[in-house]
Amino acid sequence: MTKGRVSTERGIADLADEYDVIVVGAGPAGLSAATTLAGTNARTLLVDENRTPGGQIYRAITLAQPVDRQRLGEDYWRGRSIAEDFLRSEAEYAPATTAWSIQPLQGDAGQTIGHEVGLSSNGVARLIQARQVVLATGALERPFPIPGWTLPGVMTAGAAQIALKTSGLVPSGKVVIAGTGPLLYLLAAQLIEAGATVSAVLDTTPRENWLRAFRHARGFLVSPYLAKGLKLLQTVQRRTRVIRWVSALAAEGEGGLKEVVWGAGGREHRMAADLLLLHQGVVPNVNFSNSAGCAHEWDEAQLTFRPQVDEWSASSVAGLALAGDGTGIGGAEAAAIQGRIAGLGCASRLGLVAPAERDRLAVPLRTSLARAMRGRRFLDELYRPAKAFRVPQDPDTIVCRCEEISAGQIRASVSAGAGGPNQMKVFLRCGMGPCQGRLCGLTVTELIADERSKHPSEIGYYRLRFPIKPLRLHELAALPQTETAKVAVLADLADTHHPADLNERKPQ
Amino acid sequence: MFRRLSDRASGEITFTFDGRPITASAGDSVAAALLAAGVRACRTTPVSGAPRGPYCMMGVCFECLVRIDGMDNRQGCLVTVQEGMRVESQRGSRTLTPEPAQ
Ligand SMILES: Cc1cc2nc3c(=O)[nH]c(=O)nc-3n(C[C@H](O)[C@@H](O)[C@H](O)COP(=O)(O)OP(=O)(O)OC[C@H]3O[C@@H](n4cnc5c(N)ncnc54)[C@H](O)[C@@H]3O)c2cc1C
Ligand code: FES
Repeated sequence: MTKGRVSTERGIADLADEYDVIVVGAGPAGLSAATTLAGTNARTLLVDENRTPGGQIYRAITLAQPVDRQRLGEDYWRGRSIAEDFLRSEAEYAPATTAWSIQPLQGDAGQTIGHEVGLSSNGVARLIQARQVVLATGALERPFPIPGWTLPGVMTAGAAQIALKTSGLVPSGKVVIAGTGPLLYLLAAQLIEAGATVSAVLDTTPRENWLRAFRHARGFLVSPYLAKGLKLLQTVQRRTRVIRWVSALAAEGEGGLKEVVWGAGGREHRMAADLLLLHQGVVPNVNFSNSAGCAHEWDEAQLTFRPQVDEWSASSVAGLALAGDGTGIGGAEAAAIQGRIAGLGCASRLGLVAPAERDRLAVPLRTSLARAMRGRRFLDELYRPAKAFRVPQDPDTIVCRCEEISAGQIRASVSAGAGGPNQMKVFLRCGMGPCQGRLCGLTVTELIADERSKHPSEIGYYRLRFPIKPLRLHELAALPQTETAKVAVLADLADTHHPADLNERKPQ
Repeated sequence: MFRRLSDRASGEITFTFDGRPITASAGDSVAAALLAAGVRACRTTPVSGAPRGPYCMMGVCFECLVRIDGMDNRQGCLVTVQEGMRVESQRGSRTLTPEPAQ
């Protein structure tokens, strides 16, 4: 795995046993962090689950053709230079590699001297050490628990964007896009631009949000979001029907989606559909930072938990920095800047950049970051998803897709004495399937808060454990059985699998 | 429910899904190749047996689980389709079956 070169053939077998820094995530934040660190001569490894760099916004950017520039827009194209800068750097790159754990390494005096990171690629697992770790694992689309959201034919709008960017697939047949969020019209416009015929966009942005957002209009008016947003809105409105003030939504069909049903203006409407694309904003993907034990807090503006970081993007866990949308949604430009700041922080902790030099280099970055964050508050308020779409009102709506647990069952578990997500988990196995709460965690917190008339910050989130993605038996068996590795694996097996599975799955 | 842009079709790859031959484009993920072939559901759930198909395409939802070359529980959206690959829909339980050596 030579410098900046994509090498998937030999997988992770070629990686060294130790690096100065391991960066997880090759989106704008991780790419910028790795490039910055390599520039300070830190021995840097960047790992990412995808086969090519770019993360969500710049997905497949190194494979993109000039026609994609037209289809996906200038903001997408901008990712090329970020990816190219990284590929030119001295950093090593392990694509198609999942990071599944991180355990601190202790020095003689009990202090943290680094971390051991569990990686897996193409059926091979390894534990690799690093003195510093940067997690830049990004965001995921907020859960959108409506009746019928588990039917085949219902996907996220982001999923359709991924199919377009990576495989040139365009939705066909009767396509409905529904939801809210600053990316909704971007995703719709990109799909339309690529040739999709969209039957309708059902906009669930609540009317009252405009009033709330208005108070924060100043930052928005001077941000580039205004002009970009208007242009996207125009593209979408010209090419499809936009239905506003949608206050209820369901997908219906036997064995697959047949119809989309929605409520607006006090009436119920229906439309035949082959594909329903849902989107109501993105939220930090906290599975890694949560399992690593980083302190998190509830963000009321973004209605999500997020890890706490200091001015250098360092988390509450020594030697572990977090950057990008995984720390709170700030958008791609902010993510790239945060990645550079996190990189400087790490380099300074490694003794490669003197504190005075670090501070000097960060000054222009902080100015740009403040500029990139302009208008964010307005977007958060305007696109705050309505409670009805976050906290399912219909008791039969599935909340945990993996274990098929409904909103009604979760509410009932609260009456039966489950005060928070972790107790509820024991009652119902909710959140214990393979997605490990990624698609239900926030809904569960808000449902329990609603049922107990408490604030989500008092309810908390699932306590997660490593491995954050299921490993295979032969991968586990091939690992050196260090104490930390054993503990992580056993804890997870006890926690996340049916008792019946356990006997078969005990590692030797 | 998806069609491929003509300017994005690259080298053809043939694999099977539940025994049926399917043509994909080089570089497709298994999940994308199935969507392009009109396959909406790729598994049934362990709890109720309900059909499910890819939902997020980015590795977080685990709805795209399929059996690939005899190995259960592969995330179709994260695996690149290969010539001759044998993909099967995953029925019910996600319990690990004895695994073939790699
Ligand atoms: C589906 C989706 C589509 C989006 N599209 C756009 C868009 O078109 N325009 C826009 O402005 N914003 C978009 N966003 C918002 C997005 O959050 C951007 O702001 C930006 O991509 C954030 O950059 P980042 O570097 O923080 O994270 P990301 O770009 O999300 O990158 C994170 C990377 O970490 C990797 N990763 C995560 N966990 C692991 C792990 N355990 N092991 C290995 N690798 C891991 C992921 O594969 C990913 O490549 C999108 C978000 C989502 C979820
Ligand atoms: S489609 Fe969600 S994990 Fe593959």
